[in-house]
Amino acid sequence: MSDERVVGIVLVSHSAEVAASVAELAKSLAGGAAPVPVVPAGGREDGGVGTSSELVAAAAASADRGAGVAVLTDLGSAVLTVKALLAEGDELPKDTRLVDAPFVEGAVAAVVTAATGAGLDAVEAAARDAYDYRKV
Amino acid sequence: MLDTDFFRRWMTAAAASVDREAERLTALDSAIGDADHGSNMQRGFTAVRTALEKEAPDTPGAVLILAGRQLISTVGGASGPLYGTLLRRAGKALGEAAEVSEEQLAEALRAGVEGVKQLGGAAPGDKTMVDALMPAVEALGDGFAAAGAAAEQGAEATTPLQARKGRASYLGERSIGHQDPGATSSALLIAALAEAAAGTEGSGE
Repeated sequence: MSDERVVGIVLVSHSAEVAASVAELAKSLAGGAAPVPVVPAGGREDGGVGTSSELVAAAAASADRGAGVAVLTDLGSAVLTVKALLAEGDELPKDTRLVDAPFVEGAVAAVVTAATGAGLDAVEAAARDAYDYRKV
Repeated sequence: MLDTDFFRRWMTAAAASVDREAERLTALDSAIGDADHGSNMQRGFTAVRTALEKEAPDTPGAVLILAGRQLISTVGGASGPLYGTLLRRAGKALGEAAEVSEEQLAEALRAGVEGVKQLGGAAPGDKTMVDALMPAVEALGDGFAAAGAAAEQGAEATTPLQARKGRASYLGERSIGHQDPGATSSALLIAALAEAAAGTEGSGE
């Protein structure tokens, strides 16, 4: 069942609403790419604004289909929390990667690319390339 | 030599100090940050205190690793992964030893500060925790009191600096004239070493 080994996407934002909304947006722009797991990890566990390592670890675990997990973050503590978890080595699934990309555009690019069955390297490259999309 | 109980007292003293100073930390953070540093640190160190009581780690390294893990998972702001990395790296550097020397602690903290610099990308003079932690580690050879004074001085010296990391950096020149909240809480953490050495655990509620 190689077609089920899709890359999982985790979206980490300071805000639960932002993470959930960007996940919805990316999924809908990907044409309802059903097989790609896109899991938001927004805010703190108590609902406040911030980053929760527990929510990030749980989201990564649930997005993992054996083909790697691409994590996109907004800023500040979201970036540092994921980096600290990756440095620890045992709290995130194997082949979890922090992807350096703009949050919204990168999420769309990552989900669309993952929906084609592409691997983690291609998903990461597509998300990073979103930085090059100039608007003016 | 410093035993497990010393490290437990250090964390407890730091928690009490954060309790006492939470309002000041938040006030500093409201000037150039998002006004949550005091409450974030309080939440983090309260979790550290609870975890140390519940899990009773039995080596100095285990105390710091447990504390670091708690800070990463409960603080909710950037200071969580940064302080978590500081303590966890230091704890790993101490290994399984039941007792460590002050020199070993200094070496371990040096490794921890390197971890903080790596994670946050901050250099000395960027108006961050690093500006209190680096002089503290340098001064540790002269004792805990000297390290505490160096950290305090380092924190005060962030006032005229322009922030180059974190949310405060968005303020540009307007960040000048305010003491950095992270450097300030770092100085509290280092000052708690002397309290732990004196055998006290602070007097926070």
